[in-house]
Amino acid sequence: MDIKEIIFWSLSTIAFITAIYTVIAKNPIFSAISLLVCFASIAGHYLLLNAQFLFIVHIIVYAGAIMVLFLTTLMLMNLNEETEKHKPAIAQIAALVIAVALGIVLMLAVRKANVILTMGPITGSVGDVKSLGTVLLSEYFYPFEFISVLLLSAMVGVVLLMKKDKTAALK
Amino acid sequence: MTLLNIFADPHISINHYIAVSAMLFTIGVFGVLFRRNAITIFMCIELMLNSVNLLLVAFSTYHHDNSGQVFVFFIMAVAAAEVAVGLAILVTIFRNLHTIDIDELKNLKN
Repeated sequence: MDIKEIIFWSLSTIAFITAIYTVIAKNPIFSAISLLVCFASIAGHYLLLNAQFLFIVHIIVYAGAIMVLFLTTLMLMNLNEETEKHKPAIAQIAALVIAVALGIVLMLAVRKANVILTMGPITGSVGDVKSLGTVLLSEYFYPFEFISVLLLSAMVGVVLLMKKDKTAALK
Repeated sequence: MTLLNIFADPHISINHYIAVSAMLFTIGVFGVLFRRNAITIFMCIELMLNSVNLLLVAFSTYHHDNSGQVFVFFIMAVAAAEVAVGLAILVTIFRNLHTIDIDELKNLKN
């Protein structure tokens, strides 16, 4: 077992444990924090795969933006007490059965597909900022511009949604 | 014989990443079906998006092709927009109904 495998297995174990704790934790704040650790271990996977640009973007977007949004909303709603009711037992068992069946089907499908790809030596040109920027701004230039329009429209939509309804106050 | 032969392979192959991503995706699906809190369901959706991102990056690196990582970049942007709009809708629902329990949101049923 070389160092890369040790890192891979420890990152995967951390990701599994924190993902499961995200699902089963009663307090939503604990769910959010544990999801943050899960995202950090996925970022470690990116670094292991030599995707340096995506490593930075993943940290900035998920840890910096999305988790802050989640935590702010949780604290805004004051849901940090353990008030959540559970689903009925039959629904919980059904969820478990569906999830296990889905996992088995996915594994069997991959096994049937028989993907054989051996890891070649990682060259420096895949995943670093320079080559990825070249591809992004030449081959995928129009999607890149459209994604900025999407983000702008999402921002406008959020501001419109969160505005207090003034007509309701007048009635 | 294990399910994917991932323990028989001495080096980290693409099958390892497929197995990890499939497990994370399954945990996310389980969370969506298991929880009643809408924000936790959102977190599980993020988990599913991230497992697919991890698989795209793995295939991109193993194929020595940058396009997969560009797709992941776009998926991240769409996920950020989705979370912002979704949480805004949740806050509006909470403001009106004072709950985000998905089993309580049955206004369209009758």
